[in-house]
Amino acid sequence: MSGSRHLLSVSDLGTDGIAEVLRVAEAFAEVERRSVPKVPTLRGKVVATLFFEESTRTRLSFETAAKRLSADVLSLAVATSSVKKGESLRDTVETVEAMGIDAVIIRHSSAGAPHLVARWVERAHVVNAGDGWHEHPTQALLDCFTVRQVLAERKGVAPDELGIGCFEGLRVLIVGDVRHSRVARSEVLAYTALGAHVTLAAPGSLLPPSLEGWPVEVATDLDAALGDADVVSLLRLQAERGSGSFVPTLREYTARWGLTARRAARLGEDAIVTHPGPMVRGVEIASDVADLPRTVVTQQVANGVAVRMAILFLLLGGELPGTAEVPAVA
Amino acid sequence: MPDATLVIRGGTVIGPERSARLDVAVRDGAVVGLAEAIDPPRGAAVLDATGCLVGPGLVDLHAHLRQPGREEAETIETGARAAALGGYTAIVAMPNTEPAIDSAGVAGEVLALGAGCTAEVAVAGAITVGRAGTALAPLGELAALGVTLFTDDGAGVQDGALMRRALDYAKGLGVTLAQHCEDACLAAGGAMHEGSWSSRLGIPGTPAAAEEAMVARDITLARLTGAPVHFLHLSTAGSVELVRRAKAEGLAVTAEAAPHHMLLTHAAVAGYDPVFRVNPPLRTDEDVAAVVAGLCDGTIDAVATDHAPHAPESKEVPFDQAPPGMLGLQTALPIAWEVLSPHLAPERVFALMSAQPAAIARLTATDPRVGGHSAQGGPVELGAVANLCVFDPAATTVVDPMQLASRSRNTPYAGRTLAGAVRHTVLRGEPVVIDAVAQR
Repeated sequence: MSGSRHLLSVSDLGTDGIAEVLRVAEAFAEVERRSVPKVPTLRGKVVATLFFEESTRTRLSFETAAKRLSADVLSLAVATSSVKKGESLRDTVETVEAMGIDAVIIRHSSAGAPHLVARWVERAHVVNAGDGWHEHPTQALLDCFTVRQVLAERKGVAPDELGIGCFEGLRVLIVGDVRHSRVARSEVLAYTALGAHVTLAAPGSLLPPSLEGWPVEVATDLDAALGDADVVSLLRLQAERGSGSFVPTLREYTARWGLTARRAARLGEDAIVTHPGPMVRGVEIASDVADLPRTVVTQQVANGVAVRMAILFLLLGGELPGTAEVPAVA
Repeated sequence: MPDATLVIRGGTVIGPERSARLDVAVRDGAVVGLAEAIDPPRGAAVLDATGCLVGPGLVDLHAHLRQPGREEAETIETGARAAALGGYTAIVAMPNTEPAIDSAGVAGEVLALGAGCTAEVAVAGAITVGRAGTALAPLGELAALGVTLFTDDGAGVQDGALMRRALDYAKGLGVTLAQHCEDACLAAGGAMHEGSWSSRLGIPGTPAAAEEAMVARDITLARLTGAPVHFLHLSTAGSVELVRRAKAEGLAVTAEAAPHHMLLTHAAVAGYDPVFRVNPPLRTDEDVAAVVAGLCDGTIDAVATDHAPHAPESKEVPFDQAPPGMLGLQTALPIAWEVLSPHLAPERVFALMSAQPAAIARLTATDPRVGGHSAQGGPVELGAVANLCVFDPAATTVVDPMQLASRSRNTPYAGRTLAGAVRHTVLRGEPVVIDAVAQR
């Protein structure tokens, strides 16, 4: 994966690395359609998930991905671990690595925690499964994967045939709590690396304090921006991170920034709506809109497994960039 | 110079205005001879200072010595040793200890522990009880012990009315109140400078406005009360400009800046290494340039280290969970030299690190009381107390965290090679550092 031993940020991959992840994920998506969706690729490897923050889909998705690759999975439940006895992150990581772990998948409420872990481990690969407001690289990758899949379906071609050319000039509108969103930061990096135009739409209090160096535009009027969008990426208002106080009321937020049914009618015919989940129906997305065919949330979840299989395969297989052969799936 | 017990040979003595190639003879803790060539009498100690600058011992307005309460991070003795190795002969111990230095009892303990160390230790008292920002500490009781600087450093006094009352109350005590300028509401949750890097890294930021709002408030309080105010560790271009205008207006304000704010920027946080977490945070290139410009044009009166040791385990945590602060005493002069000597004469660099901070802390005259101090801040002249810093600008300092005298290792300069090296430090005539080695 562009020579990087860890996946801490989408920027570790670069454009070619992202393209490769999408390509390999496509092969694993095929595995998933089989009656026994399992390959022996990572037999003998051990993958540990260290989630210091709650998660439903990401943790299940990574563990499913590892199991479908025949890796052994260790799952550290922080609530019942020695972390509760005051064990430091460093000691926890060193303990886990001493057990012969090949990959550590970490989620943490602090930005940069996976970077520290990557500095401490001697041989394990580190995968960032979400760190504070910073990044959630695999989410952005599966979002790109899903968008390409939808575009390919509509054209009646295989996604691989589209390559990454389908992202060139694609207009992506990211709506909502960008300030506190690790998904948004990873999506901006991933979509722009693939050639898409990214626009952020949010109240000023939910934008990052500085967008210096971000290759994005900012829309102050969601209604005007919606009509132009090929992809609308909705973000959750992160009430548990105090985002509630960044807007006066949820009702006002929904009225100004939510994808209501009335607003969804402004979308172009082919526009795709993504959401990293968990959705809060009635806040950032109306329930009716969430259930429209253009809203691909379930597809995103399904694709998460294939994309994470690709990440684990590419990291643990140790292949050089561009030379990774898709495992024999015949 | 038949009676000298110590001769420093071959150096250039830094005067307040100009400097000269002079040997220095010392006896009974005082400078007794200054001449181009002094033959050391038999039995006298000789320090080679060839190619070195011989200046007044440095004075630090801002050292966190962690004792009492956090002795695993630093003690007064280890902090004073780090100071001596950095060329300092006097340091002001900050009051954010556990308990805080908010009573004569704690101040007396710190002064007693400081006596006999390799640098003189003065004490800054807290402005409010427990540094809690709600009730005035006994400023007069502390002033009677010789405390001349007061601050709640680590936090600013948030309540403007309380700060105003403290300034009014302190009049006539011969003391200065110093502010850690940070509006707690504006800064809430911040772990680094709010800007392009914090936005990219996803780390909650502290805006420059959090500092500037309190600088502005306290300038208005200095105007209102007429009392002197010292601004600790200025870090933003806006703060420097506010102080510049306040001085032009003639207000009794002084200011300091830390070496890391003269050199490092928020880009250093890119790797999430908690060693770069400090408060005020590392800021932008423009802020660094403004701090340096402020030191050069006299807006900022002193370089102060904000030496803030933290035990290694407390810095081996995610960035936003680490306590803010970095070591400074052993690296301050090489950094100040690197940054300032291209713009300022050597006399001016030394003034920013010795005479001017000594004046702010009112350490320039000998205080013979128990817990007192010798005259600090120079000048190096006949009859003066021999507090001296011998600095070799042609040498280099390679920073190895494991080799520092501090109990902690949180230097942001690990592995760096800095310009210049402190060679000898003389405290009241005693060579406490010889060839960069602490003698006790």
